[in-house]
Amino acid sequence: MKKQIALAILSLAAINAFAATDEFTLTIKNHAFEPKELKVPAGKKIKLVVVNEDATPAEFESKPLGREKVIPAKAKVSINLGPLMPGRYGFVEEYHETEAAAQGTIVVE
Amino acid sequence: MFAAAIIVFRESLEASLIISIMMAATRGIPMRGRWVWGGVLLGLVGSALVASTMEMITNLAEGIGSELFNVVILITAICMLAWHNIWMSVHGKELAHQISNTASAVTDGSRERSVILVVVALAVLREGSETVLFLFGVATGGGNGIRDTLLGGLMGLGSGAVVAALLYAGLLKIPVRWFFAVTSALVLLLAASMASQVARLLIQADLLPSLAMPIWDTSGVLSQNTALGTILHGLVGYEAQPAGMQVLAYVVVFTAIAIGMKSVSMRLRPVR
Repeated sequence: MKKQIALAILSLAAINAFAATDEFTLTIKNHAFEPKELKVPAGKKIKLVVVNEDATPAEFESKPLGREKVIPAKAKVSINLGPLMPGRYGFVEEYHETEAAAQGTIVVE
Repeated sequence: MFAAAIIVFRESLEASLIISIMMAATRGIPMRGRWVWGGVLLGLVGSALVASTMEMITNLAEGIGSELFNVVILITAICMLAWHNIWMSVHGKELAHQISNTASAVTDGSRERSVILVVVALAVLREGSETVLFLFGVATGGGNGIRDTLLGGLMGLGSGAVVAALLYAGLLKIPVRWFFAVTSALVLLLAASMASQVARLLIQADLLPSLAMPIWDTSGVLSQNTALGTILHGLVGYEAQPAGMQVLAYVVVFTAIAIGMKSVSMRLRPVR
C-alpha cells in the first residue's frame, strides 16, 4: 500500500515536471493563423507561444479559454493555459476576427 | 468597415458606460463635467503612450508585463470606486438635497473630483490603447481599406457614445430620492466586474489558479459577442465562460465594498 502511494506521488511529480515544459507555437502571418488547429494534451499546464510575423500588432483572444493578449508587430508572447478539460476551444485574432483565416481552434485531448 | 465598427464599438462601449455612470454618480458636484472631460483627454494621451510602448510593456516581468500593467490599472480603479461609494454613502443625501432644492452647492467634493478624473482616465486608457493599436495597424498596413476602417471606427465610437448617452439620460429620469442609491449600486457592480478582470489577468499570468475553467457556460444562451452581452459585460461584468476564481474575486470585492458603505453610513447616521 505504502509503495503504491509513493508510486502515485512520484508519477504525479513526473507529470508536474513535464507540465512546465510543454510548449506549443502558433504563428500569425498575413493575419492568418498557422496552424489553424492545434492539438494539446488535457489535464496539464501548457505554454502557448504566439508569434506575430506581421508588421502590424495583433490580439490573440479566446473567450472559452478566458485569454486576451496583444502581440506587438514582429514580436512573440507566451500565454499560459490549462490544465484544460478535453474539448474544442475557439480562438481569434481579434483585429481580423471576421476573417476565416484569423480563426482557429485548440483541440484538447 | 463593419468589422472595424464592431471592434471599436466593443472597446469604446465599456469606457463610455463607465464615463456615463461616473457622470451620473457625481451629479451635484460642482464642475464635474470639466473633470470628466479632463479624464477622457488624459486617458487618450495615455492610450497613445501605452500603444507606442506596448512591446516594451509586454516583455516586462518575463513576459507578463501587460497583464501586470492592466492589473495595476484595474486595482487603482477599484480602490477609487470603493472610495467614491463610501464617500457617497455619507454625502449622497446632502447631494440629493442640493439637487432637489437647487440650493447653492455646499458640498466641497474636491477629492471626489480627482476620483472622477482618475477613474475616467484609467477607463479610457485601458480600452483606448487597444483601439489605438488596432487603428494604427490598419493605417500602417497599407491597402485601400484605411478610409473605410477609420469611418467604421468612427461609427463604432459613435454607437458606443449613443448607448452611454442613453444610459445617462435614463439614469437622470430616476427620482432624486433613489438616484444615488442606483448609481452607487452601478458603481459597486463596476468595481466587482473589474475585480473579475483582475482575476482573469492573474490567471493568464499564471499567478492565480483558475479554480474551475469555465465554472459555467452560458455562451449558447447569451454570447458575449452580441450587443446585449457586450453591454451586460460592461455594466455588471457578465461573462459567458468565466473561471471560478473570477466569480470569487467578484463576490469578495462586491461584499467588501458593500460592508464598507454600510458600516460608514451606520456610524455617521445622526441620532433622531
